[in-house]
Parts: sequence; C-alpha cells; structure tokens
Amino acid sequence: MPGTVEIPKEKWTGAIRQVTLGATADQGGSRARTVTVGGETTLPFLFFEGAIPNPPVIALEVQDSYPADWSPVLLQAWGDALRDPATWARKAEELGADLIMLRLRGVNSNGQLTTTAQATATVRAVLQATGLPVIVRGPGQAERDNELLVAVAEAAAGERLALGLCEDKNYRTIVAAALAHGHLVIASSPIDVNLAKQLNILISDMRMPLDRVLMDPTTGALGYGLEYTYSVMERLRIAALTGDSMTQQPMICFVGEESWRQKESRAASGVPAQWGDLEKRSVTWEIVTATTLLESGADIVVLRHPKTVGVIRNTIRKLMAQ
Amino acid sequence: MALSGLEIYKLLPKTNCKECGFPTCLAFAMKLAAKQVELDACPYVSAEAKEALSAAAAPPIRLIKLGSGRREFQIGNETVLFRHEKTFFNKPGLALRIKDTEPAEEITAKVETVHTYGVERVGIEMTFNAIAIENASGDADTFARTVAAARAKTDLPFVLMSNRAEALKAALAQEGGHKPLLYAATVENWEAMAEVAKAGGVSLAVRSRDGLDELADLTTKLSNAGIADLVLDPGSRDLAGSLAQLTQIRRLALKKNYRPLGYPIITFPGEVASSEEEEVVAAAQYVAKYAGIIVLDHFDPAVAYPLLTLRLNIYTDPQKPISVDPGIYEFNHPGADSPLLTTTNFSLTYFSVAGELDGSGIPSWLLVCDAEGMSVLTAWAAGKFDAETIAKAVKTTGVAEKLNHRKLTIPGHVAVLSGELEDELPGWEIQVGPREAVDIPAYLKVWKQ
Ligand code: SF4
Repeated sequence: MPGTVEIPKEKWTGAIRQVTLGATADQGGSRARTVTVGGETTLPFLFFEGAIPNPPVIALEVQDSYPADWSPVLLQAWGDALRDPATWARKAEELGADLIMLRLRGVNSNGQLTTTAQATATVRAVLQATGLPVIVRGPGQAERDNELLVAVAEAAAGERLALGLCEDKNYRTIVAAALAHGHLVIASSPIDVNLAKQLNILISDMRMPLDRVLMDPTTGALGYGLEYTYSVMERLRIAALTGDSMTQQPMICFVGEESWRQKESRAASGVPAQWGDLEKRSVTWEIVTATTLLESGADIVVLRHPKTVGVIRNTIRKLMAQ
Repeated sequence: MALSGLEIYKLLPKTNCKECGFPTCLAFAMKLAAKQVELDACPYVSAEAKEALSAAAAPPIRLIKLGSGRREFQIGNETVLFRHEKTFFNKPGLALRIKDTEPAEEITAKVETVHTYGVERVGIEMTFNAIAIENASGDADTFARTVAAARAKTDLPFVLMSNRAEALKAALAQEGGHKPLLYAATVENWEAMAEVAKAGGVSLAVRSRDGLDELADLTTKLSNAGIADLVLDPGSRDLAGSLAQLTQIRRLALKKNYRPLGYPIITFPGEVASSEEEEVVAAAQYVAKYAGIIVLDHFDPAVAYPLLTLRLNIYTDPQKPISVDPGIYEFNHPGADSPLLTTTNFSLTYFSVAGELDGSGIPSWLLVCDAEGMSVLTAWAAGKFDAETIAKAVKTTGVAEKLNHRKLTIPGHVAVLSGELEDELPGWEIQVGPREAVDIPAYLKVWKQ
C-alpha cells in the first residue's frame, strides 16, 4: 500500500491586520453595514495552512461627473446612471458591490474645477444613496487632493471612509484629516516593497492606528505591468506573514481604472482581428486582471464593469469554499 | 535537488587515492557539489553511486517535450514557487479540446482556427500549443478517424484523451509521430496504458480520483514500469481545491525533492465552469499557479488574447530591469506638426504615458529617454533625467528632422528643468506638460504649435 504524502506546510508567524470600513449609526456613522478586510494568516486561499477570516471584497467605482472619457463599453453598460453619482452608487449596490469607491475628479464635464462645497455635496449624496461603506479618492494632484479631501473628511465625520491616495510626497494633510474625523487612509506606493513599508511607517508615526490603513501597491493592468504588481504583492504578503509588521496592511487594487484605460478595453476598430470582439475582450481584460491580483493577495478589488462584479463575486465565493 | 559535498562524499570510495587529481575524496566531493568537476574523473565510483548522483542532479520537476518540429513545446523543469525568486521558464501549453462526437465540419473548423491563431505582443508571436481530442464516443474507430482527420489539418501536438488503452493505441497509429500526450492512466487501467505509452515512446498523463496519495502511488508504479515522461492530473477541478493541490505538488517537488510528484500538471478549467467567464477565471489561476498544460473547452479570440497576454506577463523574467527601449515612439500616425513629449524609460511610466497618448486619439511623438529604467521623479532625483540627458536624446535620435516645429513638452514634475534645457537645446521652446499621465489627453487638446 502507498505511503501517505506528507504535505509541506509553511509555519507563518505573522497576520494581516483587520481593517473595518464604514461605521453604522451606533458607531457614529450612517452605514447600513460595515466591511472588514484582512486577518489572513496564510497566502491567498491556501486554507490548508492558515485562516482567511474575511473574504476579499469588491468595490465599484463611481465618479463625481459624467466620465465622457471612459470606454464606450462602460458608457453603454451603465447608461444614464453615470450622469448622477447617487443613482450610480445605488445601481452599484444593486449589482452586488461591497463598497463604493467614489473618485472625485475635481472637474466637471466642462473642465471647470469643482469647489469644496460641490465635492462634499457629492459625497453626501452618495452616502445617502447607499448603505455601503465608501472610499473617497481625490483627483490625484497634491493641492487639490488636500483641499477636497479635508473638506470631505469633515463633512462626513465618523463615517469611517477610506481616503486616498496618500503618497510619500503628500500624506500629512490627508492623514491628519482622517485622524481628526474618524476615517481610514489608503497608502499608495509605486510597486516597491520598501517604499510601501516606509510610507506605512511615516503614516503610523503620525499616530494613525494601523488598523485604519489600507495599502495600494499600484496596479498594473494585464499587459501593462500586471506582473510587477503581482510579484510585489506576493513579496509584501510573504513579508507580512513572516512577521514584518509594516507590511501587514490589507491591499487594495484599482483594477478597473487601470484595465479600462488600455487600448484593449477601448478600441473597436483599427486593431488586429485576433483581438476579437471589443466588449468580450474588454470585460475579460478586467476579469483576468482582477483574478490574478486576488491570487496574489488583493483584499479589495475596485472594478468598473457590472458584468465583472458578478464574475468576480462568484470567483471569490469559489476560492473561499474550503 | 543537488546533493551537498558531504552527501556526495558518502557515496565515494573514501580511499583518497588521488587519481582524480584531488588530495582526498572529500576535496573531490566538494568540487563535485560546486559543479566544478565531472564525476568521471574518479575511476572508482560504483554503479549505485553513479545512479544516486545522477538522480540527484535531475531537475525536481521533469522536463516533458510534446509534439515535434516547429510546434514542439516543453513544460516542467520549473525551479521556484514565486516568480520574483527567479523566473518561471516553460510557459504552460494552451490547448483546445474537441470531442470525437462533434460533427466533422465543426472539428475541422476548430482545428483550423486554433492552428492559424497567432497574435503579436511586444514583438512576440503568441499562439496556442496543442489540441486535445477526447474519445467521447467510446468507440476506438471513431476516435482514430477523428485523430486522422485532425492530423491532416495541423502539425500541432495532440493530447489524446480516452480511458481505454485500445482506443489510444488506435489513435496513436493515426497520429503521425508528433509525440502526443496520452490521457490518462488511472488506478483501473494503468498497466495497459503504460504498454501503449511505452510502445509509442510517448508521454503519459496520470489521473487520480483520490488525491495526492493515489497519484504518487500511480506515478511510482508507472515509473517502475519504465515510463519516465509523466504528466499529473491530481483530480481537483474547483478553484480552491486545485489551487491547494497544485501548490502542494509544486512545493513537494521543489522543497522536498519528492520524485513521485516531480512532473508538470495538466488542468481542465472548463470542466466545472458553468460559463465561459468561469473557465477564463480558472485558466487565469492555472497560468499563475503552476499548470503545465491548460485544456480549454472554448475558443474565442477575445478570450484567447487576454489569456496569452497573462501567460506572457507571468513568464516574463522578473530580474529584467523594468524598462522599455529608449527612442522615438509614434501615436496615432503623427506628422511634422504633431506635438513632441518626453518621458523616462521606466516601463510603467512609459505604459501609462503611452496609454494616454494612444487613448487620446491625437497624433503625437514621444521621446523616451534612457533614465536607467527609473520613473520621472526618481530619475530626476538621481540625476538620470536631467537637461543633459534629455538634450542628448533629442540630438542622438534626430527627432528634429521629423518635425517642422521646435517645441518639446516635458513632464510637469520636472518643470524646473525648462531653463537649463533651453540652454542645452538652442532654438527649442520647452513646454511644461501635466504632472500625471492621466491629464495628457486634456493637455494635447489645447496644445498649439
Ligand atoms: S579518484 Fe576517486 S577514490 Fe581516488 S581520491 Fe579521487 S574521489 Fe577518491
């Protein structure tokens, strides 16, 4: 009779921190429910050697003004919902999102800068439209991010929003605002283990508790740097499980944004016939990017297409089936 | 897994006769472990020692070659669990499965589609690698006829699938000597399968229905029966279960040098998928996590292209600097009046800038400077993306000859370079572009000569 194959198991000593987004009325916010990510004591979905107390979750992206520059595939899938952030957020919740990721682009469709009053009004409208916890990202320019996110932090005090992106050149103002008003922050670093650690240290030095910090390793889409993100995430996760405290933050990946920017997700004509049908190809591009990053440790994937949400939800359910 | 010097020493005669040219057997053993000498230098090694040493030197995951000629491909021989440790070498073969119960025209159409499909990315032609033909009819003649018909259309390697050894034998006769993979030996049929594989000199897949113990038991029996080229099907089909099994097999092979499971793995992402999307998700997992062959049940270019791209990404050498070639890149067919922008050769910087330039639909030129693969800010801070570097790139590429204007847009993050750059490039006007790539389309819209 055959012997029994002895399965080699890693003895990990570290764990990912658990981070809870959103606060209910009891907790000083207005969310219908909260979402907790992190807590893993093993590599992604390897239940035979550790625990995964919280499944990865899906955020759907909503923007503050009509995203005319989006791929025609997305514009068609969402239709008029894109014209109103509240309607958009409500639809995202119906589609099965766990979180809303509100991106404040800070300019309206005519190219005029939005005021802080307009930004906070948008955030309030989204918070009213959905009971889900909300992530709010600024336009991505330091001065504008600080201006808008400080106002948003104050207007939505106690909601446990996740605010971002904090980068090494610009994190103090956002972290201070999040600290003062009971929110979380997203620490973003450019595909580098040491830079990610360093930023977590800087943020923690400001006395931000680490159970209020998410980590964005910078997402490269399929065909556009995905492998770098994949490997840096594996390295961060291994470091975290080996006990390196400053790498133990749950990871968020902006999959939709990166995937849908690419030519493969936008171009119907003028591309090789071997690329196939645009709609199917572009949705597959997002599905494959999301799946690969879930396998390397993503705790939150931020998506754009309604169909991807269903597919990735199903994928997570199957990966979590022990 | 290689043996240590001490382990090798135990296998040597320990007579210190010096004929190998070393003062002691131990010294020779140390040189052997460091791969600086050949075992043959010692005339007195025993046959058992030779066998033990060559077995130890064999790769922990056996290299298997399928097919022949220009379509031959190889799998296995991987050395790491994570691609950042070294690199994943032999890309998993992608195959499409057809069944001998499908109408002949459909089979022919599918074979031709897969045979001719090829798509280029970053100068690399990406293709499928094999066709799997399943004996769904259960009839040996039908199977053999289908295989013959398919073979008439393609020189792609085949995976021949049947649980009956006679059917595989009949099909093998029609196969044309292209070294297919036979699928699969099981607890019930392994002896008959071993005979067919041995007679044909081809590789054999082994399927377990009861986990890794049964699988290891079967491969041991087959190996003892003289079949060296095996491919594993550990049995799981669900995402979580197969991730665990494939990870365990890879770890056993690499970390424990566990020979019975030191073979590449065949997977079937479509078998429990209830939609094409589910199949894609499973296939993506198998690309990243340790498959040697991935047999799909659907073929659509809109899905094949992303999967082939993922395979290319995951099997890229991670040690290579994250950079693109410096030089001039064109977007949307630029002319002499089109704007000229510059950035560094860090891949992700390049990809994000290129993505925006391309996506804008506006014709433009991009001058990619050699900043040693660093991003704009990092390179600027390190002195690798300064006025001198940019001026040199402008001059050596001769980009001016393509333009009838002398305007160069630099990234907003290095606006401070403008003055110095105008000194370095007399006659040029330096314009400051956006800091972030995402704002480039808006910038191009208002760019005037
Ligand atoms: S020739 Fe062989 S036996 Fe003689 S010293 Fe060298 S290793 Fe030892």
